Amino acid sequence: MTAAAYDPSMILAILPEIGLIVLGVLVLAFDLAWKEERRRNIGWVSSFGLLVIAILTAVFSHPVGNSGLVWGGMLRWDWLSFVFEMIALAGAAITSLFAMDSGLIGKRGEFYLLLLASTFGMILMGGAADLVMLFLAIEMTSIPLYVLAGFSYKDARSTESGFKYFLFGATTSAVMLYGFSLLAGLTGTTQIYQMAPVIQSGGLPLFALIGVLMLILVGFSFKISAVPFQFWAPDVYEGAPTPVAGFLSTASKAAGFAVLIRFLVAVFPAAQPAPSIHTYWVLLLAIVSTATMILGNVLALAQKNIKRLVAYSSIAQAGYILIGVVAASGLGISGSVYYLIAYLLTNLAAFGVITIVGRMTGSDDVSAYAGLSRRSPGLALVLLVAFLSLAGIPPFGGFFAKVLVFAAAVDSHLVWLAVVGIINSVIALYYYLTVLKVAYLYRSEDETRPAAISRPWTIALVVCVLGIIVIGTLIGPWFNWSTLAANSLFG
Amino acid sequence: MPFPILSVIVFTPLAAGLLLLVIPADRKTEVRVISLAAAAISLLLSLWTFINYSISAGGYQFVEHVPWLPALGISYYMGVDGISLPLVLLTGIVVFCGVMISWGVEDRPREYYAFLMFLATSVFGVFVSLDLFQLFFFFEIAVFPKYLMIVVWGYPKTREYGGMKLTLYLFIGSVVALVGALAMYFASGLHTFDLLALEKAGFSTAFQRIWFPVVFFGFAVLGGIFPFHSWAPDGHVAAPTAVSMLLAGVEMKVGAFAALRVAISLLPDGAHYWSWLILVLATINVVYGAFIAMIQTDFKYVIGFSSVSHMGLVLIGFATLNRDGLTGAGMQMFSHGVMTALFFAIVGMVYDRTHTRDIAQLGGLMKRLPWAGVGFIIGGLVSMGMPGFSGFVAEFPIFMGFWQVAPILAVIAVLGVVITAAYIFRVIGKVFFGELSPEYEKIEPEKPLDKVAIGLLSLTMIGLGVLPGLMVPMISSGVNHVLSLVGGA
Repeated sequence: MTAAAYDPSMILAILPEIGLIVLGVLVLAFDLAWKEERRRNIGWVSSFGLLVIAILTAVFSHPVGNSGLVWGGMLRWDWLSFVFEMIALAGAAITSLFAMDSGLIGKRGEFYLLLLASTFGMILMGGAADLVMLFLAIEMTSIPLYVLAGFSYKDARSTESGFKYFLFGATTSAVMLYGFSLLAGLTGTTQIYQMAPVIQSGGLPLFALIGVLMLILVGFSFKISAVPFQFWAPDVYEGAPTPVAGFLSTASKAAGFAVLIRFLVAVFPAAQPAPSIHTYWVLLLAIVSTATMILGNVLALAQKNIKRLVAYSSIAQAGYILIGVVAASGLGISGSVYYLIAYLLTNLAAFGVITIVGRMTGSDDVSAYAGLSRRSPGLALVLLVAFLSLAGIPPFGGFFAKVLVFAAAVDSHLVWLAVVGIINSVIALYYYLTVLKVAYLYRSEDETRPAAISRPWTIALVVCVLGIIVIGTLIGPWFNWSTLAANSLFG
Repeated sequence: MPFPILSVIVFTPLAAGLLLLVIPADRKTEVRVISLAAAAISLLLSLWTFINYSISAGGYQFVEHVPWLPALGISYYMGVDGISLPLVLLTGIVVFCGVMISWGVEDRPREYYAFLMFLATSVFGVFVSLDLFQLFFFFEIAVFPKYLMIVVWGYPKTREYGGMKLTLYLFIGSVVALVGALAMYFASGLHTFDLLALEKAGFSTAFQRIWFPVVFFGFAVLGGIFPFHSWAPDGHVAAPTAVSMLLAGVEMKVGAFAALRVAISLLPDGAHYWSWLILVLATINVVYGAFIAMIQTDFKYVIGFSSVSHMGLVLIGFATLNRDGLTGAGMQMFSHGVMTALFFAIVGMVYDRTHTRDIAQLGGLMKRLPWAGVGFIIGGLVSMGMPGFSGFVAEFPIFMGFWQVAPILAVIAVLGVVITAAYIFRVIGKVFFGELSPEYEKIEPEKPLDKVAIGLLSLTMIGLGVLPGLMVPMISSGVNHVLSLVGGA
């Protein structure tokens, strides 16, 4: 596949990127122009702006009929990049709303600018088709997130969280970059779509390729918080401002999966004759997936802090999503993409509830959820929907997502992996139900004090809940997107 | 397009449940009335369907078929046949009675009734599903209403344990069955979840022998099969009255029905290969369940274990794979559903008034609760399989079928019926006759809605006992279809 020469229509391919830059400038301008008491409204600007960008992208930057490499082979404009653009934009828009009243005193302009900058990076991650671009995109995503995680600088835990995230992130990035450089040296190109023929020609030593693969997977595993590079997640989520934790666990993880999927399928495709390096990465990721599910779920059982519990649960979710990648088929990849779409709204809803309850009770302990259903039945219902969707119960989005990845595993003769996933679903159901039990059954002294849920929170939660139910029942359109995204890799 | 009556039956409770969640929480009367109206609509429509089903035509009727996700061969596909239609009617009756029995719930009735309505939609949905994916979809919806209703409104001492145990058992069973279903989907090569198409898939014998136990036992956990039955008594006892009625009355039938519809109908060779194991385990269900029921001191545990015992008869009927056994099993599902719903309703009424379920402390309640007493005796006679009641119409053919395939086991199972008579008489004698304790002199009699529920459930059982022709020909027509799949006529 060769890169097309410049064509004015290429501007359309980077429409969301351009939109984000314009929006970032707008946010800064409002931050300067508005007085302190009006700056809360920057959240509306950011959220509405992201919505507009998403609509414009869907209308004008639709990849129908014009997919392919653009901008000198730096980016690939296809359904995969489109779907992950949408995921990043939706995640950022909802996070903007959750952040409005979450107690970030001052510095709103910086907060939203960093959020948009990180989103910009994620969108590039979804489309990056060149190692240089890929690395830049990952750093563009990560560096603003390091700052955001430590954004509550008066809170020692937040500072620690940001610093920890930065240290682990920088280290794994360095290892990954080393892998990139070796890969470029071995194959003689940085264009990931030109590597597969070189590798398949068979001239390269297998052990060197496996070494390179493992170095690169270090960086990717960190982004998706897969074992053994998951250990940062609970600490960082716990310390980071809650909306940031939600953003980290959804949009950032989705972008990590986008690069993982594109890179592995493009560089190490299934090839004849087997065994090829494809066999090795499938085996490696099957082990990673199993370990991630088990470790995430088992450690979640013991958590008393809701943010740590959801952090471990989101580690486990990465394990389920990896099942689809391991299946390495069209069905598997579309299962993973569908899972990420459902998971985005589900986990954002969960972190939204955590944000609100945290502001309401001043605590992130599971015990702070006692009496929630009496105090705020609506909030308890949102928690119910989010946790059941995470557990994979219909009619919520998580159910079909799990069915798809398990089906892909069975289809690819990996019944054992589906069984591991199922055992883990049962463990996970246990701790999700335990939290719901606290919210619905236990009493609390201040359960009669009404809960104040501001308008942006209400809008964000309603959008998430409706989205979860629509994704879980009107399966067609989302499955169609996922399938197109998967086909754009194999086609 | 004809009127989508099955969809209306399934989704009326769901719509009512959603409506309840948006009206203010303190409008308790409106909450109850909306729920009762929704339950009544579903009941009347299922009755209408039951009456208008053409037995001579047979097969699946009132079919609705709309593509849902054509890319994977998933469709929204509903229809009822002679086996599923009585179960739809059963669900209508039990939900309607459950709503009436729950009238006195004062703690967050809005959430209580909303969850009850969601549970009703789940059960209705499974019974009318002709698409395997859709069947699982409805099946799994039941997870959260069951759990939350047991934990929040259940019996305080055991609800957290009983609720979690029940939920995890049933979830494990259903996801195990799901893997089997996915294996069938891919092995068939038809790229469809359409159950009727999958019936003709012609799976290899080896495939059927491997996957039949996975699917069958996955579902049969919910049917209460030994040794996976222990969730049932604990869960039933921990649950609030209406949920006990629904769990034992219809949810256990959901498990048995799915085992029949998916495992036995789609994998008939596997069913023949493994039927001996099911017969042995289900016989243990019958005898062991009855023995354990005999020695219980807790009124509600007696009924909990009696369900384990009676569901054993249903599974025996399935595993005979002959006409008598299958017809009896179909009848037993309906008869036991009504009977056990009545039992749990009465246990709930007694407990609400006396605040104890210890059989030793109760006595002479016939004087204060005559409706409950008479209802319990009728239920007891059904439970024993007395002629003139629906239990006889169900159990007699099961034993006839059982005798044809395994006479020795059948004799052992008959023992279970004898013990059933013993524990039923023991409970009737101790709870409803004998000395009335002075502290229970002043308990209030049954409320009018309680009487309606008892009357409706009792009359159903007597009516079917006297006029089995109302239901047996319909079930028999459904059995024809199963027999055409498993072989034998």
